[in-house]
Amino acid sequence: MSAIYILWLREVKRYSRSRAQIIASLGQPLLYLLALGFGLGPIFEKAGQGSYLQFVAPGVIGMSVLFSSIFSGIGLLWDRQFGFLKETLVAPVPRLYIMIGRTFGGATVSMIQGTLVIVICLLAGFRPQHLSSLPLAVLFMTFIAIVFAALGTTIGSLLQNMQGFQLIMNFLVMPIYFLSGALFPLNNLPVGLRIATRINPLTYGIDGLRGAFVGTAHFSTATSVAVMSVVAVVFLMLGARSFARIQV
Amino acid sequence: MIHVHDLVKTFGEVKAVDHISFDVSEGEIFAFLGPNGAGKTTTIQMLTTLVAPTSGTIALDGIDPQQHPHDVRRRFGIVFQDPSLDGELTAYENLELHGVLYHVPKRTRVERTERLLKLFELWDRRDGFVKTFSGGMKRRLEIARGFLHTPKILFLDEPTLGLDPQSRNQLWTHVKHLNETERVTVFLTTHYMDEADRVAHRIAIIDHGRIVAQGTSQELKAQTKTESLEAAFLSLTGSTIRDERADAADQMRQVAKMWRR
Repeated sequence: MSAIYILWLREVKRYSRSRAQIIASLGQPLLYLLALGFGLGPIFEKAGQGSYLQFVAPGVIGMSVLFSSIFSGIGLLWDRQFGFLKETLVAPVPRLYIMIGRTFGGATVSMIQGTLVIVICLLAGFRPQHLSSLPLAVLFMTFIAIVFAALGTTIGSLLQNMQGFQLIMNFLVMPIYFLSGALFPLNNLPVGLRIATRINPLTYGIDGLRGAFVGTAHFSTATSVAVMSVVAVVFLMLGARSFARIQV
Repeated sequence: MIHVHDLVKTFGEVKAVDHISFDVSEGEIFAFLGPNGAGKTTTIQMLTTLVAPTSGTIALDGIDPQQHPHDVRRRFGIVFQDPSLDGELTAYENLELHGVLYHVPKRTRVERTERLLKLFELWDRRDGFVKTFSGGMKRRLEIARGFLHTPKILFLDEPTLGLDPQSRNQLWTHVKHLNETERVTVFLTTHYMDEADRVAHRIAIIDHGRIVAQGTSQELKAQTKTESLEAAFLSLTGSTIRDERADAADQMRQVAKMWRR
């Protein structure tokens, strides 16, 4: 247990020390929120869908959790390059503990990041309707954080060096975000998009988050919780498996 | 303390380690010398549970690394060829993390951390981030870390690579001191013959995956009728230059070097 804790603590310490990086990573969600929230706002309202800012804010919060959790997992690659990974792999600790410590550290960090974005959203004019369902919102943020930190760990274990990074970014992370219903409502979609959004776990995470914050969810809370739980377990197992197979 | 018998490791067609056998007794400093690509690092990786042997037997303190990796890992400390510190943590935090991973009880950990950091002259810099340390300081910290959990065996894979003579000299003085006071068995590889000559009790020379000679420095010189260990080494391994194929690890090492500056 102490091994899991110390590796978790390492992730949190590293995050809290990279102030410049924290500020920098708030830029992107801010841009999405302001450019889309206010830019598409008038059209969205004319279409009779209400305030776009209210709609997109949960998506932007989900995005920041997605990005920081997936990158914390891929941070494994840096540890490989800077050699620290070997130090943990020769330690008398099961690899599963190492993987869990890292993954939950990464998930914690992305939760903090998500909370900062919530504050930004509030400043920009986002108004959650039900403060009583805040615990539910936190639950969905946790789901997104764990699912994608585990996915990041899997990718980080499989990649040998940084060259595959751009590929992952363009063909995995961005599609997960854009095909998730973070930016648009899930009803009346063309068939292709409909299928893509339904098989994307982030869809359920963000939909659950939106349901908790503004009360307009597409799926029922039970469905989203069930899907996210199953995906979290599967991805954690995948991550553990691929981490256990790392060769130095 | 280390017993290796008929050890083989093949990567596809290449025999990296070809039927080697040797024994290292408790408290001994054993040097493993050889040209680039001779199989030194592969041997260390097999001894330290990182790579599975193709065939042959290994016992560290009587235990097989493949059968009981955790028992073996508790018994050795290692300083890798490449740095393996976390630059974003302080020197003290790096040791703390190591101590926790190796299940060192807190009191012992705190005491030994202080003692080792003082011995390696890093106590004043204990709260400095490792990324701000010089190459020599990082190496000293890694060796201090290797000793933290009172291992029975310390592996040093080219620990003095890229250090100035002062740092090298000081580093070996500390290692010798700890070898004498804590009875740690030391298994080292190096390219500097003078270091092996000075610190090692016994030396094995490996070339093309085979051990071509082993014994004390005196014995090796006598066997090859040469004056210095360097001459003995060259007479045993020839003077052709070995071009190692750059594998993924080497490429990574290069990238890491690039990023560090």
